[in-house]
Amino acid sequence: MNAYNKPLPYLDPESRPFWEGAKAHKLLLVQCRSCKTHRFPPTTFCAKCSSGDYDWVEAKGTGKIFSWIVVRHPVPKEVYAAEVPYIVALVALDEGVRMTSNIIDCKPEDVTADMRVSVTFRDVTPEITLPAFKPVKG
Amino acid sequence: MAWALKDKYAIAGIGWTDFSKNSGRTVRSLASEACLKAVADAGLKVSDIDGFVSFNFNDSVPAMAVATEIGVPQAMYAVDFLSGGNAANLITLTATAAIEAGLAKNVLCYRAMNGRSGFRLGGGRDMAAHGITQWTAPFGWITYPQAMAMWCRRHMIEYGTTAEQLGEIAVQFRKNAGLNERAMQRAPITMDDYMNSRMIVEPFRMLDICLETDGACAVLITSKDRAKDMKQKPVYITGGAYGGGPNQGEDWFDAVRWPDHSHNYAKYIAKDLWESSGLTPKDIDVAQIYDCFTYSILMQLEGLGFCKEGEGGSFIEGGRIALDGELPLNTAGGLLSEGYIHGLNHVIEATQQLRGQAGARQIKDAEVCLTTAGAMTCGSAMILRN
Ligand SMILES: [Zn+2]
Repeated sequence: MNAYNKPLPYLDPESRPFWEGAKAHKLLLVQCRSCKTHRFPPTTFCAKCSSGDYDWVEAKGTGKIFSWIVVRHPVPKEVYAAEVPYIVALVALDEGVRMTSNIIDCKPEDVTADMRVSVTFRDVTPEITLPAFKPVKG
Repeated sequence: MAWALKDKYAIAGIGWTDFSKNSGRTVRSLASEACLKAVADAGLKVSDIDGFVSFNFNDSVPAMAVATEIGVPQAMYAVDFLSGGNAANLITLTATAAIEAGLAKNVLCYRAMNGRSGFRLGGGRDMAAHGITQWTAPFGWITYPQAMAMWCRRHMIEYGTTAEQLGEIAVQFRKNAGLNERAMQRAPITMDDYMNSRMIVEPFRMLDICLETDGACAVLITSKDRAKDMKQKPVYITGGAYGGGPNQGEDWFDAVRWPDHSHNYAKYIAKDLWESSGLTPKDIDVAQIYDCFTYSILMQLEGLGFCKEGEGGSFIEGGRIALDGELPLNTAGGLLSEGYIHGLNHVIEATQQLRGQAGARQIKDAEVCLTTAGAMTCGSAMILRN
């Protein structure tokens, strides 16, 4: 088993709660305390009402596929050669925000627009866990 | 609020270097060569130049470096945008604003890059996922082809756009490049070649993706009155716009919050662009549209009103965009086949078409040419006339 060599998030003051949540296998979003709008990626101020007061709340972890790509040509080659083909999607969460993630447990040719998906977690290093999504059965 | 300098400024000089895969030169040297050629093309001397506007992606040199190398006595106005291809027409519009404000008289606008042998824009970004990149790169979403493929998929989902329609763009632009001595890829391709080209990131094949180029382009902007006394037939800037929509993102890759990936910046600048010129899409004789990918053509044709939203795919079918078609596009071969000087090469080609200097690919009686720059959430455009 080689050491994990893919890009890893660098935790900053705005993102740290998300990644700590992921490590605990929870999908967290920022929610404006004033107008209750969810937002992702996390930012300090609400683009709807300008409030700087917010809470981290747990998302339901479900949504649908807004768009997706199938990466066939690995870039950088040495990092992704063993991964291709892999699926990257923009997932529209039920809370009304989009999130980039991978679709797993699904063949590339079986992905469809608006397909329902639910979150799962991949512990890629001792420190970092990445959310991924898989098709909702049935 | 539209750009309000219709026909007051002109392109008076153009210059470019060889477009290659390995220039073996510094980026500054390339920039200086293109700038010196633009000065000579206009029939000016270096001492007539007092302004610069350029853009770069941390892959080029600032204007002061070029001014120093070519010996400009006093650069009174020098601006470097940190930007993507969206700025390729913003730099020229900025030059008009600077001259109008009295900050300079004769302004060189350039883009120079070792886009193949040096920093490769299409080859991926920093693997350290800081800032906004932490929400994309850890999932293996890293390169611009991967970014734009995600947009293209939306157009296919919403409107049924097909690979064959994208292929028609690639095949036509390659045909145009065959008539252009500057072009890096001149060998004709067929639809079969397109369909059989390697799948890079679905839905994009190799031939949906633009070239990577070492080279530089420069254009010289001056006032209408001064341009009339210079060596070349002036090409007037008759319309212009820059901008984008809501949620343009935190950098040039990020578009996770963008409203609708079937439409790009073009939809949001269309009103200003046409109002600034008093023209409509019907007045455009020839267009040079930013084609970092085949798909970006469709969003710009739709966004600027050449056809209805969702109909870009059928619009380009049947030879409409060919050299002898109703709307000839990317007559030099575009970023897909001529080369990728981040969109400024489109301004060179537009100028040549409007001067009647485009040789075998000349569009007969071309009087009005559209140029655009940018593919995603923000961008710029000009309408040029002779
Ligand atoms: Zn709010």
